[in-house]
Amino acid sequence: MSTSTFVQSGNVQLAVRSWGDPTKPTILLVHGYPDSSHVWDATAGRLAEDFHVVAYDVRGAGASSAPHPVEDYDLEHLVNDAAAVIEAAAPHKMVHLVGHDWGSIQAWEMVTTERLKNRIASYTTISGPSLDHAGYWILQRLKSGAPADVAKIANQVLHSWYIGMFHLPMAAPLMWKMGLDKLWPTILEKVEGIDKADVNPTQKSDGRTGVNLYRANVLKRVLKPHERRTDIPVQLVVPLRDHFVSPELFDDLPKWAPRLWRTDVDAGHWLQVSDPDLVAVKIADFVRFVDSGVETPALRRARVRGPRRKHSGKLVVVTGAGSGIGRETLLAFAEAGADTVAVDIDLAAAQRTAELARLLDADSVAYRVDVGDAKAMETLAEQIDATLGAPDVVVNNAGIGMSGPMLDTSTADWEKILRVNLWGVIHGSKLFAQQMLDAGKKGHIVNVSSGLAFLPTRLTPAYNTTKAAVQMLSECLRAELAGQGIGVSAIYPGIVHTNITESARIIGGDDEVAKRRRQANRLYALRNLKPTAVAAAILDAVEHNRAEARVGAEVHAIRWLSRLAPGLARRVAQINV
Amino acid sequence: MSESLHPGWQPADEDLRRFRDSQRLAYRCAETIAAELTPGITEREVARRMREVLDAEGAEDCLHEPFAWFGDRTAFRGLIAVSQLRGFNPAFFPGSRRLEEGMPFILDCAPTVHGYTADIGYSGVLGENRILDRLMDDLLEYRVLILDRVRRRETLAEISRAVDRLCTRHGYEPRHKAYPFEVLAHRVERISDDGKAKSSHPSLARFGLRNVAELARDAIRGRKEGWSPLWNSSARSEHPPTSGLWAVEPHLGFRSVGAKFEELLVVTETDAYWLDDDVPHVRRWIARGLWPAKANKESGEVTKVAA
Repeated sequence: MSTSTFVQSGNVQLAVRSWGDPTKPTILLVHGYPDSSHVWDATAGRLAEDFHVVAYDVRGAGASSAPHPVEDYDLEHLVNDAAAVIEAAAPHKMVHLVGHDWGSIQAWEMVTTERLKNRIASYTTISGPSLDHAGYWILQRLKSGAPADVAKIANQVLHSWYIGMFHLPMAAPLMWKMGLDKLWPTILEKVEGIDKADVNPTQKSDGRTGVNLYRANVLKRVLKPHERRTDIPVQLVVPLRDHFVSPELFDDLPKWAPRLWRTDVDAGHWLQVSDPDLVAVKIADFVRFVDSGVETPALRRARVRGPRRKHSGKLVVVTGAGSGIGRETLLAFAEAGADTVAVDIDLAAAQRTAELARLLDADSVAYRVDVGDAKAMETLAEQIDATLGAPDVVVNNAGIGMSGPMLDTSTADWEKILRVNLWGVIHGSKLFAQQMLDAGKKGHIVNVSSGLAFLPTRLTPAYNTTKAAVQMLSECLRAELAGQGIGVSAIYPGIVHTNITESARIIGGDDEVAKRRRQANRLYALRNLKPTAVAAAILDAVEHNRAEARVGAEVHAIRWLSRLAPGLARRVAQINV
Repeated sequence: MSESLHPGWQPADEDLRRFRDSQRLAYRCAETIAAELTPGITEREVARRMREVLDAEGAEDCLHEPFAWFGDRTAFRGLIAVSQLRGFNPAFFPGSRRLEEGMPFILDCAPTVHGYTADIGYSGVLGENRILDRLMDDLLEYRVLILDRVRRRETLAEISRAVDRLCTRHGYEPRHKAYPFEVLAHRVERISDDGKAKSSHPSLARFGLRNVAELARDAIRGRKEGWSPLWNSSARSEHPPTSGLWAVEPHLGFRSVGAKFEELLVVTETDAYWLDDDVPHVRRWIARGLWPAKANKESGEVTKVAA
């Protein structure tokens, strides 16, 4: 439960609420527009057990007073308000600052001006750039004039359409007056996918008055920016589906805040409402790190060092990473900035992959694990959790090939292929999906099936059976985890030139086996579909949360054949090559 | 004279000394130019400089004019990777790519001195590049593997496939497959020392025709006799090593970085050895404590020999 009080700042009364034990480290939450401090309720509740949490209504919002003149909303006054709150709620203490949207814009002012020097220990910023940084960001890209840079500006302008509207006389306040407040929860639900938002009792006035924040500051700062730097540790959390702030806007941030940690999250603008667990964990881990120096593995990955890459800060686990598709997938993620775990039954091969990944400037470790061994997989998951934290992406790729008639396939053969191709995927999916859920993070499970999942053949019945099972498993799991922020993709590669032809078990007499292997080698070499093509498809599937990715024209053909002409597919299955 | 050049040819000590002199000249040229490299210089300028050095040192002909590749062109990425037309690709020729700090480069030249032709490849980097270092270290395994298997008289195609497998194990692309005819190596023959100047020796598209003609003659004879002067993974190379001299050029690629060495291998009726161990890549391995190394008889795995 929170306690409420009022704090005087000049001629304005600020409504302040606090949670938890005041002797514990203080976290100050600053809300944005058109919200009040209630936007933090879920987050504050989660943090209250371990921290002293303070949130206040910014002037003009919630229960705080709302001065009339536009200039009273200048950033200077907003910083003074925060100073008054800090002095009252946490006298003589340093606080950990968290800002969202306009709260974050103000907080940038707090950490880059003298007024609050030595009062702020750390700063977590969500969806609110410093207006001055934004000004420089635009200037720099205008100066470069490169088409890609101009496109980035255009993109941000599209995200900021409302700011222009707010500057029109009357328009925005009138809209709030005419009932936008009633519509607001519906807008949040339809546009942002937030159905948990409580109705804000002061929504109408928050919306009307808050427009002054924009009018008093935006043009002034963006058009004539000042250089604003800070040495305070800054944690940047970027919701990738933010409709109001484009992620590129933060590309230059290391220049202004050299002690920077960045996490990208697949979510919309109101992250603390849609994912309060995630936000609470991020804040708590960062605060503990700044106070104690203990950096969680996730934070270690989030620390900004070099130029940002697409998967920087992520942890990716790949099974069967010692060769072929697994190795190329792991390297593609490493090249995109992710830290990786190479898992393979052949330790030397996994170590080699990890070594190559490290050459691409990303951390990587290798494990020798038989993916079909439940105990070994549990141990692997525990070790990864303990040393690196829950992964962001898991690619269940390990698999073996097998060819030979069903009636000649022994029970031992069946057990062997089911163990690797199906049980390996079951263990990997289950253990790591649970780990992602427990860590409150959004993640992705990728299961590598095969084009042969769609097509019966008399040549490879056991293999096709396991791969079809992986297809169904992936589809079911995708349905199950859809609401929990975890994506599941199934990958269907075609005839990909890897060592599978050499390592596959071929059932039959010696001459027959040698002949079949030669044939397979020739076919695979002739088709020459590279494992890098599958790796690219896997990254694309993760980035766009695709249910399935087919790689190779032959797989598209098979897929459509099995859908449109199943009778013909059955005829094809009878061909004995 | 061509009679003495058939694959049973045993070069005399004097011949080997002359080949070694040519090879040392070629390496001296590459090392001299490598030391001169500065940011902003183009491939074309570097190739021209190499040619000047070779001319000044008395090269009267060549198998090919010097090549220089910078940046991702060392890994044969982009246009240069087009391997249609059997790998004859104009993108191979030195271009306008400018060298930058941290960029890998490859210099390749093949001068002929008094009828003795060398063909060398030299990899380096302006500044530092961890990927190039790794590739260069790993090239040692290829040098050991190739010699070991030639000594065991495996067929050239088998050896080429073993190189492919080692690439797969390492996680590298065998980029020599982008060379004409996908060659891992090619024969080098002695040509006549006619005492004429370089300008009077014919060339076409930067290839010295007298040396190319020797290879063509080899190819025609080899077709009849069941061997090939071009060493790759194909059926034409399905024969034991033919004696004489081979310019061996494993070329590895990882992402946008490529590295190779190229040097002459001497194959005799019963044995084989590298013409010269005093070459830049070997000196580099010695400096890094990787040398000498030998191949494991069973696994073929290469390990460092305890000093």
